[in-house]
Amino acid sequence: MRNNTMISKFNAVFLLALLGCLSSQVIAQTPAPSADQGKQAYVINGCWGCHGFVGQGGIAGPKLAPDPKPIEYIDAFVRNTRGTMPPYSEKILSKKDLADIYTYLKSIPKGPDYKSIPLLN
Amino acid sequence: MTEPTHSGQSADNSPAENNHTLDIQTQPRLARRGFLSGVLASGAAAASTAASLVANPAQAATPAKPSVLPPSAKGALAETGVPPDLGHGAGMPGSDFMVDVIKSLDIKYLPSNCASSFRALHESIIDYGGNTKPEFLTCMHEESAVAMGHGYFKACGKPLLTLCHGTVGLQHASMAIYNAWCDRVPVIVVGGNDLDAAYRPPGVPTFHAAQDINAMVRDYTKWDDTPVSLQHFSQSFVRAYKIAMTPPYGPVAISLDAALQMAPVHLHEGKMPYIPKYIPTSPPQGDSGAVKEAAKLLVNATNPVIVADRAARTPAGVGLLVQLAELLQAKVIDQGGRMNFPKTHYLLAPATAIAIADVIIGLELSDFWATVNAYTDNNSNDGHGTNASRIKPETKLISINSVDLNTKSNYQDFQRFQVVDVQMAADAQTTLPSLIEAVRSALPNDKKDAIAKRGELQRKTYEEDRIRTRTAAALGWNVSPISTARLVMETYAAVKNEDWALVASEGNVSNWPVRLWPMEKHHQWLGRSGGYGVGYGAPASVGAALANRDLGRFSVSIQSDGDLMFAPGVLWTAAKHKIPLLSVMHNNRGYHQEVMHLQRLANFRNRKVNLDGDMGPVGTSIENPDIQYHELAKSMGWWAKGPIKDPAQLASALKEAVAVVKSGHPALLNVWTQPR
Repeated sequence: MRNNTMISKFNAVFLLALLGCLSSQVIAQTPAPSADQGKQAYVINGCWGCHGFVGQGGIAGPKLAPDPKPIEYIDAFVRNTRGTMPPYSEKILSKKDLADIYTYLKSIPKGPDYKSIPLLN
Repeated sequence: MTEPTHSGQSADNSPAENNHTLDIQTQPRLARRGFLSGVLASGAAAASTAASLVANPAQAATPAKPSVLPPSAKGALAETGVPPDLGHGAGMPGSDFMVDVIKSLDIKYLPSNCASSFRALHESIIDYGGNTKPEFLTCMHEESAVAMGHGYFKACGKPLLTLCHGTVGLQHASMAIYNAWCDRVPVIVVGGNDLDAAYRPPGVPTFHAAQDINAMVRDYTKWDDTPVSLQHFSQSFVRAYKIAMTPPYGPVAISLDAALQMAPVHLHEGKMPYIPKYIPTSPPQGDSGAVKEAAKLLVNATNPVIVADRAARTPAGVGLLVQLAELLQAKVIDQGGRMNFPKTHYLLAPATAIAIADVIIGLELSDFWATVNAYTDNNSNDGHGTNASRIKPETKLISINSVDLNTKSNYQDFQRFQVVDVQMAADAQTTLPSLIEAVRSALPNDKKDAIAKRGELQRKTYEEDRIRTRTAAALGWNVSPISTARLVMETYAAVKNEDWALVASEGNVSNWPVRLWPMEKHHQWLGRSGGYGVGYGAPASVGAALANRDLGRFSVSIQSDGDLMFAPGVLWTAAKHKIPLLSVMHNNRGYHQEVMHLQRLANFRNRKVNLDGDMGPVGTSIENPDIQYHELAKSMGWWAKGPIKDPAQLASALKEAVAVVKSGHPALLNVWTQPR
C-alpha cells in the first residue's frame, strides 16, 4: 500500500513535470497572441456587431473593453453561452483567434472619464 | 326628358346615341358614359335589325342578304371615330364639392404621388380649391406620403389626407399604413378607382382598377368605405375623419370612384348635397369600478411601477402621468411609444425596475406580455428560444388600453396573450384624471411616510442610473467610426438652444437620445414607426418637420442608412416644399439587425458565416460601394456634407448644418458610425 502510494506520488510528480514540459513546448510552438490579428479576427467573427469596433458595448451587447474580464471567463462564456449571444465553437472561432481577440481587447486604451467630457455633463 | 337608364338607353327605348347631347347638368350619368354607351348602342341597333328579319316572314321572302350586315356610316363612325367633346363646364364638378368637404375639416396638407384615378380631385384641389387647405405636396412614393402624414400627426395632433392610385398606389402605401395602424396614428387615405367596368377606360386604367381596393388595407385600417354618390362621399369622409380621430386613433381608407369625381353635382332628394358638421367623439374612459379597484391595488402596493408606451396622446398626458407618479412616488418605465414622462424626473426608471414591482399598471402598452416576460433567441426548444418571467409570481397587473376596443384578427399586432388582473378597455390619458382622483381618495394617512421614503430612495437610484449611463456613453468617445453616443450628444449640443424636436431616431443608436437628452416636452420625442416597417424614418421626419415648420420648432432626425434607401425621393419633397430638417445620419453601412441575426444563426448551426469580403454576412451589408448619401441629398436640393468619420469634425459640421436649417432649408450630414 505504502509502495503504491509512493509510486502514485512519483507518477503524479512525473506527470506534472511532463505536462509542464509539453505545455512549454506548446507555448514555444504557438505564436504569441497578436493584437493586430485579434482586431481582424474580432471583425471577421462578427464581435463588432453587438460590442462595437472597440468593445465599447451598446444596447445589443455589453462592454468588453477596456479592462476585459479574465480570459478564463471569456473563454467559458464564448464557448458555452445559452443567452442572447450565440456560442462560438472552436470550428467557428479557433483557440488562437480567441487568444488574439483577447489580446486585442486588452490593448484597447481607456477612454476619457465621462466627467471630463463637457457634452456628458 | 326621359331619365336614362344605366345601360345607356332611355326608358322609352329610344337609342341612347341620340342622348349624348343631353344637358349633363340635369343628366349627369351621360357625360362621358353617354358617349360610350352610344358606341355600344350602334352595335346593338345593327344586331336588332338582323333579328327583326327572322321575325318578319314577309321581309324574309325578299332576296337573301348577308347574315352579318355591314355597319352604317354612322355606326362605323361611332365605333372607330374620335370621341366628341365631353361637355366642359356643365355644372359644378363632383370633385369640386369633394374639395369643399375636405376644406370643412381644415386639413392643411395633402402629400401625394399624382395618378390618373384621382385626376379630377387633383385638379379641383389645385384650381378650384386654390391649393390651400389642403396644399398638394409632391411625393415620389405613396409610402412616403402616408409616412409624412404619420410624422405630421405626431408632431402637431392633426391628421393629413393622402391620395393614392387605386391598386398600385395603395400597394405602395400599404406598409406605411400598417405602421400608422400599429402606432395608432390617424391618416386619411383616399384611393382613386374606376369602378364601372362597362365604361372605364381600357388598358392601364383598368389594370389599376379593382372591385374593392380597400380590401388590401382593411386588416389594418379602422374603417373604410366606397361612396357611390356625392352625398355618400361627404358623409363618409366626415365619418372617416371622426373614426380616425377617436382614440385609439388609426388610419382610414376611402375608395373614390373616378366617375363620381368627374360627374357634375346633382341634387340629392331635391337638394344640394350637404356637408355634415364634424363633432369630435369623446374618447372612451375606464369603468368607474375598475378605476377604483386599480387605485386600491396601487395605494396598497409596496413597489408600484407605472409602465407607459403610448399613454400621452397630447402634452396634457405628460402632466397627468407626472401627477399619478408623484402621488404614488412610483417608478415610471417609459417604453417610448410617445414622450410620456420627462427624462429629467427622478421617478424615471429603466426597464429592469419591473423586477421589484408588486403592482404594475400598463398604460397603452403595445406588448404587455413582453413587458413582464423575457424571450431569449438562443436556439433552445427546437429553435423557438426560451421564455422567462421578469416579475414575481404574485405581482398584480393592471392595464388601461384603448386598443382593446379595436382588435382585428389577421395581423398579429395585438401580440402574445397576457393575463391581467384589472383590464380596462379605455383610453389611458382620458382615464388618468379619474384614476388620480381615486388614488388620492384611497391613500391612507398611515401610508404617506412609506410612500415619501420610496421617493427618496428613487432619487438616489435615479442619480446612480444617470452616472452609469454617462460612464457607458464615454466608452469609445474618440474612436472612428464615430460612437453612437458621441453622434447623439454632438447633435444635442448643436440644437439644444433651439425649440428642438427629435422627430425620428431610426436604426438603433443604443437608445442614447432617450437616455441622454433632457426631454421634457411632448413634441421632443415622437416615438417610432409602430410596425417596425423599415423606411419610416425619412418620410416621417419630413412630415413632422413640416408640422414643426409651421409651429416654429427646430426638427432634427437621426437617420439610418438602410431606412433612407427605401424611398429617398422624400428628400426631394422636403427641398421642393422648403421643409427645414436637420438629418444626421447613423450610417453603419448595413442592415445591422440582420447582421446580428445571420451571425447568430450561423453560430447555432456551427457554420462560419459567409462575409464574401464585406463586414457583415452576405445580404446584410451596404458597402462596396459605399453610398454617398450626402451627394444623393445634394442632388435633390439639400445642403449636405460627408462622409464624416472623425468625431473631432462633427461639431463644426453640425454648426454649419444648423445654420442652414434655421434659414429654412433641409440639411444632411453623412456620418459613419459604430454599429449600435
